Amino acid sequence: MITRCRRLFFHNARRRSLIAIVRCFAAFALSAMAWSACALPPETLHDLALGDNDAKEKAIAVAAASADIAYLPLLQALLDGEVQTVGDAQILLVKGDTAVDLLTGKAITPLPENRDDVVINNRIRKQLRTAIAALKLTAPERAVRLAAAKELQTGADEELLPAIGTALAKETDGEIKGLLLLTQASIQLTSKDKNTRLAAIRALAESNNSATKTLLLGVLEQNGDTFAEPDADVRAEAEKSLHAVQGRLSAGEMVGRVFSGISLGSILLLAALGLAITYGLMGVINMAHGELIMIGAYTTYVVQNLFRSHLPALFDAYLIAAVPAAFVAAGLVGMALERSVIRFLYGRPLETLLATWGISLILMQSVRTIFGAQNVQVENPSWMSGGIEAISGVVLPWSRIAIIGFAALVLAMMWLLLTRTRLGLFVRAVTQNRTMASCTGVPTRRVDTWAFGLGSGIAGLAGCALSQIGNVGPDLGQSYIVDSFMVVVLGGVGQLAGTVYAAMGLGIVNKFLEAWSGAVLAKIAVLVFIIVFIQKRPQGLFALKGRMAET
Amino acid sequence: MRFFLQAETRRGELGVSVPGGTAFVPVIAAGGPRFARLLPAKGWLFYVAAALVLFVAFPVLNLAVPPGHVLHLSDYTVTLIGKIMCYAIVALAMDLIWGYTGILSLGHGVFFALGGYAMGMYLMRAIGHDGVYQSDLPDFMVFLDWKAYPWYWSFTDHFWFAALLVVLVPGLLAFVFGYFAFRSRIKGVYFSIITQAMTYAFMLLFFRNDTGFGGNNGFTDFKRIVGFSVTAPQTRMALFVLTGAALLGFLLLGRWIVTSKLGRVLTAIRDAETRVMFSGYNPLYFKLFIWTLSAVICGIAGALYVPQVGIINPSEMSPANSIEIAIWTAVGGRGTLFGPVLGAALVNLGKSWFTQALPEYWLFLLGLLFILVTLFLPRGVAGLLRTARQRTR
Repeated sequence: MITRCRRLFFHNARRRSLIAIVRCFAAFALSAMAWSACALPPETLHDLALGDNDAKEKAIAVAAASADIAYLPLLQALLDGEVQTVGDAQILLVKGDTAVDLLTGKAITPLPENRDDVVINNRIRKQLRTAIAALKLTAPERAVRLAAAKELQTGADEELLPAIGTALAKETDGEIKGLLLLTQASIQLTSKDKNTRLAAIRALAESNNSATKTLLLGVLEQNGDTFAEPDADVRAEAEKSLHAVQGRLSAGEMVGRVFSGISLGSILLLAALGLAITYGLMGVINMAHGELIMIGAYTTYVVQNLFRSHLPALFDAYLIAAVPAAFVAAGLVGMALERSVIRFLYGRPLETLLATWGISLILMQSVRTIFGAQNVQVENPSWMSGGIEAISGVVLPWSRIAIIGFAALVLAMMWLLLTRTRLGLFVRAVTQNRTMASCTGVPTRRVDTWAFGLGSGIAGLAGCALSQIGNVGPDLGQSYIVDSFMVVVLGGVGQLAGTVYAAMGLGIVNKFLEAWSGAVLAKIAVLVFIIVFIQKRPQGLFALKGRMAET
Repeated sequence: MRFFLQAETRRGELGVSVPGGTAFVPVIAAGGPRFARLLPAKGWLFYVAAALVLFVAFPVLNLAVPPGHVLHLSDYTVTLIGKIMCYAIVALAMDLIWGYTGILSLGHGVFFALGGYAMGMYLMRAIGHDGVYQSDLPDFMVFLDWKAYPWYWSFTDHFWFAALLVVLVPGLLAFVFGYFAFRSRIKGVYFSIITQAMTYAFMLLFFRNDTGFGGNNGFTDFKRIVGFSVTAPQTRMALFVLTGAALLGFLLLGRWIVTSKLGRVLTAIRDAETRVMFSGYNPLYFKLFIWTLSAVICGIAGALYVPQVGIINPSEMSPANSIEIAIWTAVGGRGTLFGPVLGAALVNLGKSWFTQALPEYWLFLLGLLFILVTLFLPRGVAGLLRTARQRTR
């Protein structure tokens, strides 16, 4: 029965809905009876409810150290201000207009008139919270234990050591265990006994938590000639532990950084792939490329809204519809642009650049007029939230992993399209030598339109992906345009491999520099690097070989 | 007028008119002192008229005619036109590099802003103790809890040093950047993209508070310049006249360059760079010279702009601003010098009217302008005027 009550209780504590409260009322009444059956010592109860602050503190400490889950509802009720007394005789748990006498376990109706609140101050409140957390460590649900362990990281003291010890012995979950070990060690570090401190520091060496570092650094802190830790042996041990922890942590950081570099790289790749096609094919810099990305993102937003209003049950699957929608929407806009403007500017790349910039202004302002200047909210499907913990402290979010996978997929599709289809063959032919291709019967104009549509569609896909990890607003495209140009410039024209290497390289280099010098300086350094790099290889990493006439 | 409008953009005659060095000689040798021949007689007439309007009519109408009178020119108009003249100088500089040499820079905003910042540093120091915190340091440094000026602020309390920086900083940046870019023969859209990246990088740099240029607020709240209050009508008028003089001066300088042998080589580089190389010229130094000069002119325009407008911040370096410079030049007509001045005036007057009357539609209009001018008006307004006059003849 206790288990059942507890489950309901936790249920209630987490979801404070009206129904839950009503449903739990009965459970509370029952659990109140159950306590007396478990025989909470009356003196502890008495101290808790009627004693002065010191007595209360002692009683709470006793309750916390007992690791007896039966105390939990009482402590929680104390914290919530639901315990009242009638003189010295009765201690009541009052819920709405019903009450249970905690000493006898009997329900009291009607409520006595002369009830007094049990007044608690902030210090007691804090102690109560810690005690509750300590008790919750024995809860069967992992989430509750995890929350409790986190709560305990701040504000635990020596009196809780036995409770934490008991919990540690039983704990099987790695993350909670880590947290508890850390808490235990940090309490032990304040101990007066040198050996306890030494043992704690040795235990810390096994930890993967980044908070350990702070803790150990605290031990080594030096203020003039006085050390935070008076004993030299302990300091030496702390030094050793710190070294071990730092080694593991920096390995973890490295993994995290490489991952975020690849993630940034795949975003750059998505943004630049379409640009690489249009630039490679026509030598046309499409300044509206960023706005095509934006169109993809807004399409995703619209599809999301449609799903929310018409198919809420399938909301988690909206991306399945959004991906092709974004591709088609951006692709159509791109083809329309090619047919209406860019077509007439072939052979005048600088003018094309200006005209497409004009298009980008118009697209941006149109979106502002339709959707408003504010960012819109694109929600991730639920399966994208959270992440996996590769090693302790390094969480790889699902959304990022999904984007890396998506980029790889798009790349593969594109490769197939370019190497295995007739359109791909034509595109490659026109890229290499437009006149010759035309002579052999390739309809270059039509290929241009299709290729431009394809490049724009891929920009739409990039927008769909970006909507999952960043803000979606009218300025979305602007923030990626310079970066994706840099990828194309660095990678060279006409080859997918160049674009891939350049995107990944830029992504990873950017992230590593960021950790070293801050985001802005990293970006500047990368831009400077590209400018210098162009000196050595003006055609980019992978230039097309052969006798290309200089134009 | 006619000479002003003579568009040198002749796409159809790629390189045909510039076979080698000797062909220029007759052009240069034809009668009269070199300076007088910069403009034809009618051109000089317009030039003097413009000078009279700027240097006599404007000061009189603004300062001598009392406010409320029909002919009085408001301070607002003076500032607006002063601002537009600064833009016109930038468009002129753009024309030298794009219209005549065929190099489209999408980073001219950075030179403009650097000139502005150099002047801004002096203006900030001229505030003295009159800032909000009444400290020796500018307010933003007090805000960041800095105790002393960073090294690159040294000597900026002298006007002459700031004026030197106005020329040197954009000039040096352009020289170094241009040397590396032109040496490895980066050209066309590649060059444009790289210059855009440059201005973008500078914008990011200047947005940082730690860079020491006031972060995203930039410099503002100026009090005085060489001892005169910046808000006084007389000072404004003096700055206006200076800007007008700079504009007219650069117009002549530009004219002098493009009619010289150097100018012919530049045009040849635009039309057929390979042929220029085959004829024994090294395009690097020609390009580098005009690129650096263009940057310096931009920097001077920026320095004139800041005290008139009263603020400089990193958004001046945004890539969008630099591209807008290109459209001023394109609207006016590339390769005409006078055209870009007209273009800058038209676009910016339109902008200041539109952003007040119909703010939502300005970007639509600007975007359309980009498309329509490139599609239908490759020679800009100057080209239109020319054809119109040829028809009436």
